Amino acid sequence: MPLTVDIRKTLRTAERQFKLDVSFTASAQRMVLFGPSGAGKSLTLQAIAGLLRPDEGQIVLHGDPLFDSTRGIDQKPQARRLAYLFQDYALFPHLNVRQNIGFGMHTGWLNPGRRFSHPQIDYWLDALDLKTVAGHHPAQLSGGQRQRVALARALVAQPRLLLLDEPFSALDHALRARMRRELSDLQTRLDIPMLLITHDPDDVAAFGDQVVQVYDGSVRENAPFAGYPRTVS
Amino acid sequence: MEQAWIPLLLSLKVAGWATALNIVFGVAAGFGLARWHSGARDLIDSLLTLPLVMPPTVLGYYLLVLLGRRGVFGAWLDRFDIQLVFTWQGAVIASMVVAFPLVLKSARAAFESVDPQLERAARTLGISETAIFFRVTLPLASRGILAGALLAFARALGEFGATLMIAGNLPGRTQTLSVAVYAAVQAGDDSTANFLVLVTSVTCVLILVLAGRLVPQHSLMTSR
Repeated sequence: MPLTVDIRKTLRTAERQFKLDVSFTASAQRMVLFGPSGAGKSLTLQAIAGLLRPDEGQIVLHGDPLFDSTRGIDQKPQARRLAYLFQDYALFPHLNVRQNIGFGMHTGWLNPGRRFSHPQIDYWLDALDLKTVAGHHPAQLSGGQRQRVALARALVAQPRLLLLDEPFSALDHALRARMRRELSDLQTRLDIPMLLITHDPDDVAAFGDQVVQVYDGSVRENAPFAGYPRTVS
Repeated sequence: MEQAWIPLLLSLKVAGWATALNIVFGVAAGFGLARWHSGARDLIDSLLTLPLVMPPTVLGYYLLVLLGRRGVFGAWLDRFDIQLVFTWQGAVIASMVVAFPLVLKSARAAFESVDPQLERAARTLGISETAIFFRVTLPLASRGILAGALLAFARALGEFGATLMIAGNLPGRTQTLSVAVYAAVQAGDDSTANFLVLVTSVTCVLILVLAGRLVPQHSLMTSR
């Protein structure tokens, strides 16, 4: 996956200062940013998606500069065509499954109607086994169904890269293994490059064709994953 | 007795207009205050909340100074032959100013309770900022805004002091429900007063019940 990230950002709160200094090049289709909570993994993902503006550096995807401080380039998140799977899925609670999946396909100032139909939406409802809950709201769904809706919503626009923020942390143990398999199969089928961030070694085992370790805001190495740190919960 | 319907209808008209205008301005100001991170934010919030604590007659006096024929704004309006003093439109402005903080406070709290993650998700899905406001932020804040609007409507319906100052007590033209109650008592017309008071009470109870069904009671209390 031709993604190059080389960014720096300083965040200040009243109590502390956090320096993010991340530099890596993704070479595999499946890549994992691995590190403890609070290490800056989410911030890195947000910067790639355009939700956080780095102080300096550059982010290049397929030769397309998403961000380049020296050339004054900062593409809006709307223009980057990346998919972002949020940790708690961020499904729109006021819209049903169909409307959530079709959210990005329907431009304009109004939400898609309750029965909004599009071949792509029906394809994803079918592919992810969501047909029976198409009219349900997120509050009525199980954890696994929520994640599938979030995946469908992210993938329906055929993004260039799939970003996943701790995708399995909200699920119980048994479901976690199943959803890992589902995501793995889906990724293989679509052949979409993905970048996953996690503090769970099992995620590394499943998706870590290439692993970058993040610790205290900086990337430690860009090498094959050596082993699981024992202190990580 | 039949004459009692005239002030009731006028009151509903005045409170309705005041609430409609307050929703527009209160939502805009509430959204601005919720999203604008600056040191001046609390100061502006306090200034806009002033009508809630100031005596309505003082507010009415300010409005007279501003909107009267010789007032700063009133003199300008007079050039277009628009007079607000002693008109029902003047009563709308009085009710609007008095009830405005109720919509503002509710709207600000409602916007602040919308999860920013949902707006970020919409951004990554390619939706423009304006569309995000109408498709995500506003719908999720709408219950809180509606509850505030109902309280503001009730407050506008009961407006007395500022209304009397700027619109006066002209039966059939500017005599709203609460002003009519005062006039009836002053005139010793007990049966009219009783009827007006009953109508007012029933209307207010209905509004509070409606507001209570829209949001939990504790958030109504804290949004004041």
